[in-house]
Amino acid sequence: MDFAFMRDSFLTLIGGVPLTLNLAFMAVGLGAVLAMLLALMRMSGLKVLDWPAQAYVFVFRGTPLLVQIFLIYYGLGQFRPTLQEWGLWTFFREPYWCAVFALTLNTAAYASEIIRGGLQSVPHNQVEAARACGMSGFLLFRRIVFPIAVRQALPAYGSEIILMVKATSLASIITMMEVTGLAAKLISQSFRAVEVFVVAGLIYLVLNFIITRIIMAIEWWLSPHLRRPPAVEPRLEAAHV
Amino acid sequence: MSNGVASLSSHLASSEVAPAVSVQNLRKSFGSLEVLKGVSLSAREGDVISILGASGSGKSTMLRCINMLEVPDSGEIRIGGETIGLKQTRKGMEPADQRQVDRIRSRVAMVFQSFNLWSHMTILENVIEAPVHVQKRPKAECIAEAEELLAKVGIVDKRNQYPSHLSGGQQQRAAIARALAMHPKVMLFDEPTSALDPELVGEVLRVMRSLAEEGRTMLVVTHEMGFARDVSNRVVFLHKGVVEEEGAPAEVFGAPKSERFKQFISSHR
Repeated sequence: MDFAFMRDSFLTLIGGVPLTLNLAFMAVGLGAVLAMLLALMRMSGLKVLDWPAQAYVFVFRGTPLLVQIFLIYYGLGQFRPTLQEWGLWTFFREPYWCAVFALTLNTAAYASEIIRGGLQSVPHNQVEAARACGMSGFLLFRRIVFPIAVRQALPAYGSEIILMVKATSLASIITMMEVTGLAAKLISQSFRAVEVFVVAGLIYLVLNFIITRIIMAIEWWLSPHLRRPPAVEPRLEAAHV
Repeated sequence: MSNGVASLSSHLASSEVAPAVSVQNLRKSFGSLEVLKGVSLSAREGDVISILGASGSGKSTMLRCINMLEVPDSGEIRIGGETIGLKQTRKGMEPADQRQVDRIRSRVAMVFQSFNLWSHMTILENVIEAPVHVQKRPKAECIAEAEELLAKVGIVDKRNQYPSHLSGGQQQRAAIARALAMHPKVMLFDEPTSALDPELVGEVLRVMRSLAEEGRTMLVVTHEMGFARDVSNRVVFLHKGVVEEEGAPAEVFGAPKSERFKQFISSHR
């Protein structure tokens, strides 16, 4: 192991971190919106909405992300005239947007199931109490259903975010120079795969460590009701007597 | 029996003061099981009505129909003279106007058997939630009033704790404070002490008794014979979806007319 070379590699690869995080957060952010929509479609009780959402989840969970990226980046090129006609070509011409698009569509499928699970786990009696107070529709959703569902869904959603950070490495295959893209380039110049990939792996590990801690902090902040109540003071005095 | 109720309520309807709650000929089935077979009931302002009955007699269903948590198949429900509109759909009966239902629900508070406090909110947040977000009253005013209400039910020191940190009796008292915070015209209690440990029942009944003494209109589904006898001014006994016995507590407990009510009292002694 050449530690001096590893340090140099680290300094090169760290330059890919902003793009890695950019891709991950764009996909997670846009994916969350789409996922919420899909989850609501699935829970609408209307077949015309439920079935397309089910089919979507089936297709995007059932096929590899790499295949989805290839299909979007290379496959859509075949429909260039049509896409130009629709004014979408400027979008699909860019590998960056293709990567964001593929990652978003993919994470939305998984996240919609996580959100659906969260929404379904909201205790019926708490919803009923809200109805009995005169809440309905969006107010009921915003004040009661959603806050409870988020707390239920957060641990699973945290895993999905971590999966997405790692999934951005596949964007290197369509010329994106994020951490893995830079690593692959460095290896083709130096032929020292072990050092470079060890450093790349460590960078992902550190990123995910930080993200894990942030998610844990949010979970802690959102769930005071699951912790023990604040200690009652008189007990201490009693111990002194 | 039901004739007496009908003539009483029609008498009230013709006079100026509409009853606080009036239920006419309510029917409700779950699948092939008919739970309510034409129940009528009328509560004047200030009435405290205990609704008794064995499990499966339809008493909870009737109470839940009053604020549309269950939608009756037929019959009429009037709250303060306003009839709740119903419409027939393919799936069965549904409220005709959700906004009317929301408006009526914010005047008819409900206390549940299992408290149903919102787990992600503190006790204080639970109490101010509906006044602030449904009734759109100023938050500072709601907080001040909530603290008074929590003091009244004896748990003001728990205001910043979460429901899961409280005992069942404390949670039920918090739920009563939450109901009171909406300035309800009518309060519905659905077996409010049935989920409590025996030693915690008393603290909740004391709060309910003090509400009755304030002259609040209360409909209480309960198994607490002491409460029915001493606190309520009217007792309604439901059996298999019909009103089997009805009257002042001294009357019905002293000289029950129905054989089934006699059995019921003796089994609850």
